[in-house]
Amino acid sequence: MSGYQVKPGPEAFLPPSASSMGIVLPDPGEGHIEGRIVPEDEAYELAARKFLEAKVPTLFPGPLVLWHWNDNAAEKAKAIKRLAEAIPARIIPMADYRPKYPKIIPEVEINPNHPNLTIWHNKIDACIFIGVHCHQANLALKIIRGGTSCYTMAMCAQAGHEDACLSFRDASVAKIDKLTETVLRLKKEGVKSQGDEFKQFRNNYTVSYKPSYE
Amino acid sequence: MSKEKIKISEAMWDFMPPEYQDMVDRATYGNNQRSWKDIGSSKELIEQHSLCAGCPESIAFRYILASLPNPEDTVMVGSTGCTSLVFPHVAIQNIHSLFGNQNAIASGLKRALKVRFPDKIKDVVVLAGDGATVDIGLDMTMQSWFRGEMFTTICFDNELYANTGGQESGLMQKGFVSKMAPVGKLFEKVRLPEIAFESGCHYVACLTVSKPNRVEKVIRNAVLVAREFGPTYVQLYTPCILEIGKQSMEGLDEMKDAEAIGQRFVAKEYMTDNVKAFLKEQDAKDKAAKKAAKAAAAAAK
Repeated sequence: MSGYQVKPGPEAFLPPSASSMGIVLPDPGEGHIEGRIVPEDEAYELAARKFLEAKVPTLFPGPLVLWHWNDNAAEKAKAIKRLAEAIPARIIPMADYRPKYPKIIPEVEINPNHPNLTIWHNKIDACIFIGVHCHQANLALKIIRGGTSCYTMAMCAQAGHEDACLSFRDASVAKIDKLTETVLRLKKEGVKSQGDEFKQFRNNYTVSYKPSYE
Repeated sequence: MSKEKIKISEAMWDFMPPEYQDMVDRATYGNNQRSWKDIGSSKELIEQHSLCAGCPESIAFRYILASLPNPEDTVMVGSTGCTSLVFPHVAIQNIHSLFGNQNAIASGLKRALKVRFPDKIKDVVVLAGDGATVDIGLDMTMQSWFRGEMFTTICFDNELYANTGGQESGLMQKGFVSKMAPVGKLFEKVRLPEIAFESGCHYVACLTVSKPNRVEKVIRNAVLVAREFGPTYVQLYTPCILEIGKQSMEGLDEMKDAEAIGQRFVAKEYMTDNVKAFLKEQDAKDKAAKKAAKAAAAAAK
C-alpha cells in the first residue's frame, strides 16, 4: 500500500487517479472516507458534519437526476431538494457533459471539463455529486482535487468513487433521505450550520412558470 | 432517446440553466411542421459553435438541423474535419467516427437500431467533409451505397482540406491553387453525385446552401427516401472562406456565384422513377398538412 489518502487539494496540476494509488471501492453497506473503507453509517455522519461546517455547501446533481427519464430519477431529484433545504445548500446542476462554448456561467452550472471554475468562483468548500455518470464524475473529482481545496463527496448509483474524499455507493432515494435525516439529527443535537447566507440561483424569467407533469 | 425523455425533473426545473429549459419548452422536437423558418423564433438544436465567423458550414448546419424530420430519433455520424468542431454542441444524438469510416459506422448503427427498435423510425444521417467522404473514406462511402444501406450521406464540400491548412482534395476544382497545393490541381473535380447515383443511391442532390428553402427540401427528401428505398446522397457547397481568400461576409456571395448558370454548383438532383412518384405523393401530403395547420391556426384566432 502506498499510504495515499484522498484529501482535499490543491494537490497537483495532474493528481494521480486514486485507484492507481491503491485506493479501492467500498463493498455494499460500506462507504469510503479519504480512501479508508468504513461502515456506511460513519460516512453519513461525516458527510453531514462536513456540510454543516462548510461555508458554501453545494450539491451538484447530474443528468441522471436532472432529467425525468424515469420515475425514480424524478423521486431522487425531490430527495436532493429536501437535502438542500435541510442543510441549507446551493444546488448547481451539471446539466451537460459537452464542453460549453464560449464559456460556462459558474453561478448557474458546473461542467466536468472544468469544474474548478465553478468551485473557485463560488468559493465552494464542500460538495457532493449525485446522478453524474461515473466517468464524468471521476474526471470532475480529480480536477477539483487537483486545483481546489474543496472537500468532495459522491453519492454513486453504482460502486462508489475512489476519487472523492468521501463516497457512498448504490445511491437511492432512501440513501439520500438518510443523509438528510442525519443532517437534521445533528442540527437537533445542536450542531449549527456554518454556511454563509446565500441566494439560490433561479432563472428570473421562468420563476413563475412550472411545467405540468401528469 | 424519445421526446418523452426530454423533460426535466420537476424538482430541478428552477435550477436548470435557461438554455435547457428552452430546449424542453421551445425546441422543435416532435413538431411535424418544423422548418428553417423556426430559426430565430424557437430554440435551435445548434446555436453556439466554434467555427470561423461567417463560415458557410455553420449556416448549412443550422439549415440541416432545422430540416431533419425526426430529430429526437435521429443519430448523426460525423468524421474528422471542421464538422467535428460543431458536433459537441448540437442537441442531437451523434457519434464521431475515425477519419473516413463514417459510412461503415452508420451502416452498423442503422442495422442495430432496426433490430433494437423494430417498430420505430430511427434515422441515421452521416455528415462529413469532402476529405472524409471522397478521399480518405471513399471506400467506406461507396461500399455502403453498393450494399444499399438505408441512411443519408451529406458531404460538406469545401473543395479542400480546410482545417489542416488547405491541401488538395478530390473535390477541388481543376487548376485551383491553395496554400498547401501550390502547383494547382491537375485533374478534374470528382463527379461524386453522378458516381453516387450509379452506385445505388436512390436520391442524389448537389447544391450550395445559399437558399434555405432548397436545402430544407433536399435534406427532407433525402431522409424520407433513405427510410423507404435505400441510400441517399447530398453534396452541399460550403466554401472555406479562409482558404479561398474571402472575408467573413463574402461566403454567401461565393455560393451564389458558384451556383450561377454554367458554374460548377448549379443545383441538380438525380432520382429513380419510384422515388420521383414517392416524393410527389409526399409533397401533396405536406401541402395538405400545411393547409390544415394554417386553417387550424386561423380558427384558433
